Amino acid sequence: MAGGKGAGGFFKLAIVFIAILALGIGAFQPLIRAMKLGLDLCGGVYILVQAQSTAEHAVTNEDMVALERVMRDRVDQLGIAEPVIQREGSDRLIIQLAGYDNPEEAVKMIGKTAQLEFRTSDGQVVVTGKDLKDAKAVIDQQSREPEITLKFNAEGTKKFAEITQKLVSSYSSGDPKRHIAIYLDEDLLTNPHVDEAIPSGEAVIRGGFASFQEAADLAALLRGGALPVPVQIIERRAVGPTLGADSLARSKTAVIVGLALIALFMLVVYRLPGLVANLSLIVYSLIVLGVLWALKATLTLPGIAGLLLSVGMAVDANIIIYERLKEELRNGKTLRAAIDAGFKRAFNTIFDANATTVLAALVLYFLGSGTVRGFAVTLSLGIVASMFTAITLTRFLLHLVIGVPAFHKLWLYGVKEGQIPVAARGEI
Amino acid sequence: MNFNFNFVGRRKWWYALSLLIIIPGLIAMVLNWPSPLNFGIDFTGGNIIQVQFQQPVNASQVREVLGGLNLGNSSIQAAGNNEFLIRTTELNEEQTDQVIGALRDKLGQLDLKRNEKVGATIGRELTIKGIEAMAIAWVLMIIYITIRFEFLSGLAAILALIHDVLVTLGFFAIFRWEVDSTFLAAILTIIGYSINDTIVIFDRIRENLRLRKKESMEELVNRSINQTLTRSINTVLTVIIALLALMLLGGETTRTFALAMLIGTISGAYSSIFTASPLWIDFRKLSRERHRQAAVTKAATKAKTRKATSH
Repeated sequence: MAGGKGAGGFFKLAIVFIAILALGIGAFQPLIRAMKLGLDLCGGVYILVQAQSTAEHAVTNEDMVALERVMRDRVDQLGIAEPVIQREGSDRLIIQLAGYDNPEEAVKMIGKTAQLEFRTSDGQVVVTGKDLKDAKAVIDQQSREPEITLKFNAEGTKKFAEITQKLVSSYSSGDPKRHIAIYLDEDLLTNPHVDEAIPSGEAVIRGGFASFQEAADLAALLRGGALPVPVQIIERRAVGPTLGADSLARSKTAVIVGLALIALFMLVVYRLPGLVANLSLIVYSLIVLGVLWALKATLTLPGIAGLLLSVGMAVDANIIIYERLKEELRNGKTLRAAIDAGFKRAFNTIFDANATTVLAALVLYFLGSGTVRGFAVTLSLGIVASMFTAITLTRFLLHLVIGVPAFHKLWLYGVKEGQIPVAARGEI
Repeated sequence: MNFNFNFVGRRKWWYALSLLIIIPGLIAMVLNWPSPLNFGIDFTGGNIIQVQFQQPVNASQVREVLGGLNLGNSSIQAAGNNEFLIRTTELNEEQTDQVIGALRDKLGQLDLKRNEKVGATIGRELTIKGIEAMAIAWVLMIIYITIRFEFLSGLAAILALIHDVLVTLGFFAIFRWEVDSTFLAAILTIIGYSINDTIVIFDRIRENLRLRKKESMEELVNRSINQTLTRSINTVLTVIIALLALMLLGGETTRTFALAMLIGTISGAYSSIFTASPLWIDFRKLSRERHRQAAVTKAATKAKTRKATSH
């Protein structure tokens, strides 16, 4: 592992240092750019809707599948690039629209608790949105008039057949009582006349459309508005684009200043090994960002907090090793022996010190809310990566460093000549 | 650097200093029961609207508009630059639209920066999950510490941990700083992280015990703390640098988190140096004393019985 002597050692060291710096400069920007940003950093909406069970109807899996479809339709109408719509638990749906610059509009679109109802003239609800399978606008082949075809599901078919049969047999054609009104959230959409009993589950709303577009709009409402169950928004987090941009800019500043100060601190306190630790930190950051990118993780504000904090905690491993190193040097060990002893004796401490933090982060991941999960991920990932780089890379680099005779000066390691035993002075 | 501070000798003072923060914190929590901390909408449910007007507007104007909607008792916080944070009870979508519409109509163009609603159910769930997470984290830490330490140092380490959590809670209780879901993350991280320094010091004590010189236990513990002092301070300093950067420069939503972590981290460093090891010495003394007394009583009863039988 150790580098060669003299000029060869220096050459080797220089190549590794430059390689790490180049890697850092080259890969950093693209990695950061490729990172998906959470809606707290780019604006957007997070909405958690809960389907409501009623006395007559408990929410079923089919309801949820249908609800998801309706929500997807609605979101698609907003023209959002990558909407995230996912089920949570048995009756909840998470809708995340990152980067959407009009959260108000999105909330309105999704929050519409539109409920479709077919009512008879006496106000009795005969069929609801959850009985409707499909609605489509078509042009009738013969009359060239726009019309809407409705398809009911099995239950809807049965109900619709019963009521149309009843209306047709009770009232004569043309009687206003022979109409079925279609309401969307108490708004009357249309009030078609029932021409005949419809047992097939396929009905046509014919006539009264000024244009094909009008029929198409109504069909879309019937389709999209047909929420299978009433829903309620139980959590909403809408972040305007200005706040998101502001948070992103602030986070960038915080991370840059924090990293620069930590690097400066390490350099001033630990000198040459400090520089080595800073180089390790570059590799460490690349590992963390690389893994996050590979996991397709979304970077959020708490996630950034976890990243920066993990760097603060990560250098701990280096500090433990370097303090040991100084101590061993003061006890009169040679540089090489001191470094080996420093790593050997520090390992257990580093492991212990980090294990508990990772344990806590794991608990947070499994029980925390969505907001803090990102933090748990970046923190634990950061700690593991830091242990890895401190134990492997820092050690490798330090061995390369002591392969160069010019770097054998004690002051480079923050130890004064007077502090080491007289016998050990001179060659270290 | 070689330090030689007498940490152990003045331990009564350090204990007192800790209690000086913990006890007022506990009192503040009891006095404010049933809301020991200033729980935000993440826990209680409710709405937050953050708006920025394009023209000068003051808080009383905002309150007037809200008053017109029967929301006059909402909390209105000026956030500078014609920006306001409005916290209300839980509103439905229509009501939220009404509020925003009314602000727009009466006070002019605004930029809606944040519009959050947390249902009471979600708040309850977060509270329950939070308590669960705490309980599990504590159990894990205690298991870890039990495996890792002998009984008395484990006890001291756990007390130091409780100390750090109580100090953090205490500050938030006394100053009524608002607590959100990131606060929970901070407390859990503190539970995980603040034990680190304690582990390092106890490790050093154990190592020094093996090569024990002619010195008292106090001296040995003092030496151990001094030997690890630079490390303890430096590691905490780098974490503090990160946290200060987050708190002073970072985004708004992580500020509470950074503040809580900052208090917990400083308290953790303090407790591992000033509380944990001195406590261990006291526990050790107490247990020795008990053993000695037990031995004395045992010897005494033995002597007595012997006396009794000899008669």
